[in-house]
Amino acid sequence: MTSRIPVVEKILSANDRMADRNRLLLDQSGVYSINIMASPGAGKTSLILKTLESLDGRLKLGVVEGDLATSIDAEKAAAAGLPAVQINTGGECHLDAAMLADALPTLPLEDIDLVLVENVGNLVCPANFQIGTHLNVLIASIPEGDDKPYKYPGMYRGMQVLIINKIDLLPYVPFNMEYFQRGVEVLNPGVVTFAVSSKTGEGMNAWTDWLVKQVESQKQ
Amino acid sequence: MHELAVTESILEICLRHAEEANAAKITDINLIIGQFSSIVDDSVQFYWDMIADGTIAHGAVLHFNRIPGEMTCRTCGHVFQPTDRTFECPSCGSIAVRITKGEEFRVDSIDVE
Repeated sequence: MTSRIPVVEKILSANDRMADRNRLLLDQSGVYSINIMASPGAGKTSLILKTLESLDGRLKLGVVEGDLATSIDAEKAAAAGLPAVQINTGGECHLDAAMLADALPTLPLEDIDLVLVENVGNLVCPANFQIGTHLNVLIASIPEGDDKPYKYPGMYRGMQVLIINKIDLLPYVPFNMEYFQRGVEVLNPGVVTFAVSSKTGEGMNAWTDWLVKQVESQKQ
Repeated sequence: MHELAVTESILEICLRHAEEANAAKITDINLIIGQFSSIVDDSVQFYWDMIADGTIAHGAVLHFNRIPGEMTCRTCGHVFQPTDRTFECPSCGSIAVRITKGEEFRVDSIDVE
């Protein structure tokens, strides 16, 4: 005798609950956090280092680096004087809430205003897994091409801030900004957007000024 | 590949609901997956056959009920299916559209004995 049981439960509900716990820990510690997502090579680590430079001591940072293997990125962050922890996902294509739950307590949260979490380089999976940060930031870099919102709508839906990086390359590569932004506007109307070059520093101050305000408004 | 993590979540949800219903065996799992939710059906079934081994969900068949993407124009109200190259409203050309279907990602029901 077969019977049907209604379930109606989001598939990643267990991850979402863990993400809520991470958020609670961060809030109780008075720490703001952002989840930085992008394809490999979009400039996540470079942007973190340039953000540190542009902040110029206005915020105390901590860094969580997610990668399949290696601790290259965490070493770069540590070399810049940041408390950094590396998560090696062992082949998983994204960070999930449980991984961040293991990493957060290893940072000196009481001495940190802002935790920057660098997700695994991937434009597909990270958007599906909430990790408990306050903000999802997507970095789109000019050489990737202007069709990425159309090809990876999930990522463009799942972010709250868009950083267009490597704008110094606009004169050298084909990139139709209007076509790109039309795709973004459909998926994420009115999303907060910054155009920067982490090589030349152009646009970085607008990004970090905004970030400082976000962190301050969170603390109030 | 995130199908293993997804499959583990599906198994946890199904076992919990089957246990609450005092079921002896799970035969079928009915999933609702929107077009914009990325998942590879064959990979999930592959992982399922491994991780459900030894549970009451062993041998259960996963049914992926796919929901096509749907957008609704906020300017003229036209409802349409987006293509992979443009999201503009085919009726009035507006880009003020919203996704109204295609983001579903849930276990809808299970069949048990």
